[in-house]
Amino acid sequence: MSDVAMNDLSETPVRTRATDAKTVLAVEDLCTDFRTKAGSVRAVDGVSFELKAGEILAIVGESGSGKSVTSLSIMGLIPEPPGRIAGGRVFFDGQDLTKLTDRQLQKLRGSSLSMIFQEPMTSLNPVLSIGRQMTEGIRQHLGMSADQARRHAVEMMRRVSIPAPEHRLKEYPHQFSGGMLQRIMIAIAMSCNPKVLIADEPTTALDVTIQAQILELMQELRDMTGAAIMLITHDMGVVAETADRVIVMYAGQKIEEGSVEEVFRAPRHPYTLGLLGALPRLGQAGAVGDTELNEIPGVVPPLTDLPPGCRFSDRCSYATDKCRAETPPLETKRPGHIAACWHSDELESPT
Amino acid sequence: MQQRVRNAMAIASAAGSHVDPVPDTQGRWYVFARNLHTVFSAATANRGAKLGFFLVLALIVVAIFAPLIAPYPADQMGAGMSLLPPNGDYWFGTDEFGRDIFSRVIYGARLTIQVGLIAVGISLTIGTITGLVAGYAGGWTERVLMRLVDVVFSFTETLIALAAVAVLGPSLTNAMIAVGVAAIPFYARVAYSVTLVERNRAYFDAAYVAGAGHLRLIFVHLLPNIVPPLIVVATLGVSSAVLAAAGLSFLGLGAQPPSPEWGAMLSAGRDYFTLAPWIMIYPGVAIMIVVLAFNLLGDGIREALDPRQKS
Repeated sequence: MSDVAMNDLSETPVRTRATDAKTVLAVEDLCTDFRTKAGSVRAVDGVSFELKAGEILAIVGESGSGKSVTSLSIMGLIPEPPGRIAGGRVFFDGQDLTKLTDRQLQKLRGSSLSMIFQEPMTSLNPVLSIGRQMTEGIRQHLGMSADQARRHAVEMMRRVSIPAPEHRLKEYPHQFSGGMLQRIMIAIAMSCNPKVLIADEPTTALDVTIQAQILELMQELRDMTGAAIMLITHDMGVVAETADRVIVMYAGQKIEEGSVEEVFRAPRHPYTLGLLGALPRLGQAGAVGDTELNEIPGVVPPLTDLPPGCRFSDRCSYATDKCRAETPPLETKRPGHIAACWHSDELESPT
Repeated sequence: MQQRVRNAMAIASAAGSHVDPVPDTQGRWYVFARNLHTVFSAATANRGAKLGFFLVLALIVVAIFAPLIAPYPADQMGAGMSLLPPNGDYWFGTDEFGRDIFSRVIYGARLTIQVGLIAVGISLTIGTITGLVAGYAGGWTERVLMRLVDVVFSFTETLIALAAVAVLGPSLTNAMIAVGVAAIPFYARVAYSVTLVERNRAYFDAAYVAGAGHLRLIFVHLLPNIVPPLIVVATLGVSSAVLAAAGLSFLGLGAQPPSPEWGAMLSAGRDYFTLAPWIMIYPGVAIMIVVLAFNLLGDGIREALDPRQKS
C-alpha cells in the first residue's frame, strides 16, 4: 500500500479482480434480533451485500458492531432463543438460507459453505486425532471411503504446508502449535471445495508473523480454488493486506462499502477515517491520520440505547444537528463506493 | 524423580518426532500399551491409590480363580463340623451347616464383582445418555429430562431400591437392577453438567459448522470429552453399589440363601453372632475391603485426571 500505488489508481474506477465474477452469496436486508432483559435488541440492522466468486470481502468493525452476528446469521448459527433472524434474505446457490430446514443447512455447512474461527487452539476436539477430524467431513460430504478420505486429507495438509502429513494425521491437537492448528482448520474448511469460506477473525489469536502466513495461505487457496472468502476482522492492517473489498460496520449497520483501494484512499465515512487514523504507521505522516496515533473518542453505544439519527453522531467530529436528527441513507459516493454520511464531501481527503 | 525423568524423555522424543518424523513402525498395540502405562502410573501416583488398585486387582483374580482357591465348594454342607472357629483347616471357621466360610467368601467375590459391574453399568449407561441428551438438546427436552432426574434424585437410593425389589421380587438380579436404577440420577447429573461445559467449547461449534449431525456431535465429539469425570464417578459408584446390594441382601431382599453373597451371609450369621461371630466378621471385612479399595482407586483416578491438582 505505498502512496505511489494508490496515486496510480486514484482516477480509474477501481476494479477488484472479481468484479465480473458471478455472485455466490447475496445478503439482502438482514436483520437479527436478540431478546435481552432490556428488551429486544437488533444486533444486525438491515445489512445487505454481495459476495462474488474468488473475492475476499472484509467486514470490519469494533466489538459489538454486528460483524460476527452477521456471519453467524448466514451460517444459521444464531442460538434461538434468545436470537432470531427477524428479516431479510440470504441467497446462496439459488436458495434462501434463512428458509432452509436444519437438515438442509447441515448438508451445506462444511461442504459448500464453511467457516473457521478465532481460536484455533480450542476449535479442534482435544480427544480426537487430527486425521479423524479431517476425514470426518470429507467422508460425510464427498462420500469417500476411509482410505480415500485419508489420502485427500494428506493432500489438503500438504496444500496448507504441514510437513510430514501422513505422520501428523495420527497426532492430536495438543501436539500442534496455534499457527499449525489454524492451517489445519483451513485445510478442513477447504477440503470439500466450498464456494464460500467465512473466516471469523482467523488471525486474532496468532502472533504477527504467523498471521501474515495464514493470510497469505488464504489468498493462495482462494487463487487455487476460486472460493469466495468473507473475512471478519477488526484489524485494518489485515484488510489492507488481504481483502479486495471492504464493508465497515458500526452498531449493527453497514456504513461504508467499497474496494479496499478506494476506501483506504478516500474514506467517505468519518468512522472509517477514524479507524484508518488509528492505524500505527512507520515514518512520517502517513497517507491517513497524523504522526500521532489517533483514536476515536468514546465507545460504540449500547444497542439498547442508540442515539437518534446517525448512530455515530455522538463520537463524530463532523456531526451537525441534522446528523443527530436524521439517519443518513447509504448512498453511492463514487462508482462502487457507498457510504452513509451527510458530510461525506467534507471529509478531508488524506494525501 | 523417576517419573520426572520419564516425562522429560517423553517430551524429548515428542520434540524429536517433529524434526525427524520416523516412519510409524510402533503400531497400534504399542501405542495402546504406552497409553495404558501412562494412565496407570498417573492413577497410582499416590500410595492409597496404588493400594486400592492392587486390592481391586486381587478381588478380580480371586473371583476368576475362585474354584482353584477355595478348598471347598461354596454350598457344600458338612464340609466340617458346624460352627467351628477359625483354624488351620477352616481358615475362617464354619457356619451352622458346616459350610467353609473361607470358601464362601471367595465365591462371594464373584457375586460382588457382578453386582458392581452390572449395577454401575446400568446407571452409567442410562445416566450418561440422559445427561448427554439433556445437555445437548436444551429447551424442553432438557427441562423434562432433568426435572425427572431431580424427582428421582430426591428419593433416597435405598428407598428406590426397596420399592423396585418389592415390585420385582427379591433376588440378586433384581437387587442389581434396583441399585443400578436408583443411582441413575447421580450419573445423569454429572454427565449433564460436563456436557453443558463441553458444548460451549469452540470445537463443538466447529464440528457443528462442519455439518456434523446430532448423533455424531453427541457420541463422537461430546461423549469422549465427558468420559474422564464419569470414570471417577463410576469407580466410586462401584463401592456404593456393592454396599447397597449387600444391604438389600442383608434385609433379605437381594441374594437368597444358600447364595454365598456377603450381605446374605451377614444376615444369616446374625442368629449365631454371640456364639460364632466369625460367620459375620469375615464377610463384613470383605465388604469393607472392597468398598475401601474402590474408594481409594476412585480418588486416585480423580487426582490423576484433575489438572488442577497435578504438580
